[in-house]
Amino acid sequence: MSSITLVGAPHTHGNVTVVRTMGLVMLALLPATAHGVYLFGWPALNTLLLTVLSAVLAEAACLRLAGKPVAVYLADGSALLCGWLLALTLPPWAPWWLSVLAGGIAIVIGKQVFGGLGQNLFNPAMVARVVLLVSCPVLMTTFVAPLPLGSAGAPDFLAGLAITFGDGMPHFDGHTGATLLGHLKTELGRDLGVVEALAVGPGVGDWLLGQRGGSLGETPVLLLLLGGLLLIHWRIIDWTIPTAMLGTLALLAGAFNLMDPARHAGALYHLCTGGAMLGAFFIATDPVTSPVSRAGKLLFGAGCGLLVYVIRTFGNYPEGVAFAVLLMNAATPLIDHYLRPRVYGRSRRGKPLDYPGAVRQGESS
Amino acid sequence: MLNAIASLTTLGLLLGLLLAVAARFLRVAADPLVGELESLMPGSQCGQCGFPGCAPAAEALVAGEAPVTLCPPGGRALAGQLATRLGVTVDLSGVADKPPSIAVIDEQRCIGCTRCLKVCPTDAIVGASKQIHAVIRDACTGCEQCLDTCPTDCVVMHEIQPTLQSWHWPLPVLAA
Amino acid sequence: MKLFRIRGGVHPAGRKEATRDLPIETMPLPGRLYLPVQQHIGAPAAPAVKVGERVLRGQLLAHSQGAVSAPIHAPTSATVADIADLPAPHPSGLAVRTVVLAPDGLDEAVDRETVADPLSLSPGEIATLVGAAGIVGMGGATFPAAVKLNLPRRQPIHTLVINGAECEPFLTCDERLMRERGDAVIAGIRLMARALGVQRTLVAIEDNKPEARAMMVAAAAGVDDFRVLGVPTRYPMGSEKHLVQTLTGLETPARELTADLGVVVHNVATAHAVYRALYHGEPCISRVVTVSGGATQRPANLEVRLGTRVTDLLNHCGGFRETPARLLAGGPMMGQMLPHQRVPIVKGSSGILALTGAETAGRREMPCIRCGSCVEACPCGLLPLAMAAHGRAGDLEGAARHGLMDCVSCGACAYTCPSHIPLVQIFHHARGALAARQRVAHKAEETRHLSQRREARLAREQAHKAAEAAARKAAREAANKARAAAREAAS
Repeated sequence: MSSITLVGAPHTHGNVTVVRTMGLVMLALLPATAHGVYLFGWPALNTLLLTVLSAVLAEAACLRLAGKPVAVYLADGSALLCGWLLALTLPPWAPWWLSVLAGGIAIVIGKQVFGGLGQNLFNPAMVARVVLLVSCPVLMTTFVAPLPLGSAGAPDFLAGLAITFGDGMPHFDGHTGATLLGHLKTELGRDLGVVEALAVGPGVGDWLLGQRGGSLGETPVLLLLLGGLLLIHWRIIDWTIPTAMLGTLALLAGAFNLMDPARHAGALYHLCTGGAMLGAFFIATDPVTSPVSRAGKLLFGAGCGLLVYVIRTFGNYPEGVAFAVLLMNAATPLIDHYLRPRVYGRSRRGKPLDYPGAVRQGESS
Repeated sequence: MLNAIASLTTLGLLLGLLLAVAARFLRVAADPLVGELESLMPGSQCGQCGFPGCAPAAEALVAGEAPVTLCPPGGRALAGQLATRLGVTVDLSGVADKPPSIAVIDEQRCIGCTRCLKVCPTDAIVGASKQIHAVIRDACTGCEQCLDTCPTDCVVMHEIQPTLQSWHWPLPVLAA
Repeated sequence: MKLFRIRGGVHPAGRKEATRDLPIETMPLPGRLYLPVQQHIGAPAAPAVKVGERVLRGQLLAHSQGAVSAPIHAPTSATVADIADLPAPHPSGLAVRTVVLAPDGLDEAVDRETVADPLSLSPGEIATLVGAAGIVGMGGATFPAAVKLNLPRRQPIHTLVINGAECEPFLTCDERLMRERGDAVIAGIRLMARALGVQRTLVAIEDNKPEARAMMVAAAAGVDDFRVLGVPTRYPMGSEKHLVQTLTGLETPARELTADLGVVVHNVATAHAVYRALYHGEPCISRVVTVSGGATQRPANLEVRLGTRVTDLLNHCGGFRETPARLLAGGPMMGQMLPHQRVPIVKGSSGILALTGAETAGRREMPCIRCGSCVEACPCGLLPLAMAAHGRAGDLEGAARHGLMDCVSCGACAYTCPSHIPLVQIFHHARGALAARQRVAHKAEETRHLSQRREARLAREQAHKAAEAAARKAAREAANKARAAAREAAS
């Protein structure tokens, strides 16, 4: 035992590892993903697989370039998870090059360029989504209506491959359309009231269960909520960010809806549409890019909620989650600097506590 | 499009010009730096840096005439601190981190010539002419002046070993 | 009684099942005893015996030096075999001055006067006797107990808290003491309460030790101003500052002691040692040690004479079942790795653990993912991830700004880190490097001082020489003038 490496305390460890964390997040995403694949069929599965594959290969290439041990870092599952989350925010019938590009951008520009795991400033999936949104706006905002696997008109496996690797969506013009958010924005722009605009199209039940057009993973709201609650229960994420984000969004939406119901949709609408649920539980809670203290997380979540509402209502884009998250990511270091927990034995300002009855060392009683 | 290129280029040039003007006219005088640097140094005025003392060495550092690696007794830690303070980058791999040592006189070979006594910058050597000299451990700074002057080569440098009180944990090694 | 919550903390698996129901076993005398002169915080003791001398059990081997120090006594009758620098039970393996005894097997005790009713002694006398017995904090802190008992002279102390939390996994020595020798422990506590002159005494025992609590409640029945209560099982409940916070709701101000809140905390085993010293005249010469861990053949709670080597302890327990992944002194959360087995049990050794790889659950270190688990777990409200990032980068001041000096090194952060970053080792390194830097700065200051004095001396000698030369010159001129005047007068 004389030539062993000296290791410091503690000499035991809780049952937590990075792999386990990533694995549990993927488990929580599974119901929503499965539902999304079911709703949108084989092409959606292709999108998912291609994005994930692209992300993993990009990570391997970057690791090799950086001289880091590839197997070790790939095995932690972070690239896989990043690709998976990204796929959920892409249009389900995306052409193959969009998926591959998305995965590549997310990993290379969103993560590895900053130094790899734990070093990135911005959420990699959101970086990729925003880059593509700005570069290919039409492609990224044209969505298919759901064609569940096995239903009439749904493409089979080979047809799905043709869609993904072929011309993509134009073949199915009749089934494309805007998402609920896009639809509402357009209708409001045409001076239609909220109620009339929402009367056409899917009802609340469909909102919750995801029977509507949208990205691969943002539609099944209830399943996402379930996954998010599971994550909180497993202590993978903290309750603060989702609660703050959804709460702020709901509060703002409710307030504006009360003030002017004709121009502003209500809280439930905002919570169930777009990437709000997915963003609140899975994207904004990304540990690397969100603050570490509880107070910081609350502020971060609230900021995300506020920005989502503002962009949706007053901005040009119908959906604001990606931008909101990226903007708040930029604020995270500042939030971390100023919002720290109070140190034991010190006041909020950092000075040692002063009790009236306490006697300092060296003073006489 | 030409308009866009022209306007952005002009903007860039203007802002660059502004920065250059600011760097010249809004420069902060850095005189207290000399005192600060001197306080970082060991202060034994041993002269191993080639300057006649720590204050002249600090002045040379501020004037940019000496590298931050000039002080052997300060080792790597001092070079790093000087570099941080001066805002320069330094390649520390070449700096020999000489472990702190103290001088010990071999009493068998000492001839009592008092040469080392006279050059010790902290008066750490006791003795007199024709009497054995000895080094006071706590006062010795390891500057090696006595080593250079001893005619019988009886001064040896002993590395200061860590004791239970001075030992501390090394940084954990990162797996490759 | 109302209890308060502490921030953060973790719930490591207790793993006390192996030894919590095993009664304390007395270990037979080993062939050699190795007693370091430094088994406490403060100045090391100075040897008071010579090689070859015969000493009796309880005889003074080394006397304390200065106000914060403790004496060392012989655990059994023996001959002093050697006084040398031998490896200390410390991860560095560096040497400490050690008195080596060769027991003669007779276990003959030195004559001691015992007081009939120690509770009738004055507080000062109790404190003096505790100091003379070499009693230190036996929970592991090893701070000289007498110094703490003398605190009422300087500041008001109103509460004595007895720390029976034993929050470290595996360790059960305090629990067994409470269950088997509850009366002795209570007697010792009462003596300490008298020495401190407190208004109330609180004995805090973690909820996972119901039998110990029952025993202590029974033993303390009828004693005034005395309460035995359960505290929630949470690591680090045994941390002095956090225990006081749980019981009183008061936070010890940064850089201060609990005594500044009027509260003094002592360990259960320390109380037991006080009992033995004052009721039986026996100084601090033995302690209960838990030997446990998956790699131990036969876990046990052993009453061991101080100075027994870990080799002897482990042999008594049948050696190893498998090669341990780690051999520790203390608990797994804050215990220290032993460089080898040839080190002695000292006053602060609460346990010897031989852990298997599964129990250490170590993994390869991964980059920090900023998950914030460490921030949640830290009972002191610090930012371990920031401290570690700065510490790794060599920015010691940055680490200090994020709370390094307020860290109690409990290890809760490293316990929960998903990336298995050795946070506490980084903090220890940073603190050690800061202390080393301070020593260097101090030395530089001293050097400058000596340099200046030398310059002054040289200037003085220079001035002296110049003055003498001037005086000689003046005398010569005066003599010349006088001669010239004399010649003139003669001619």
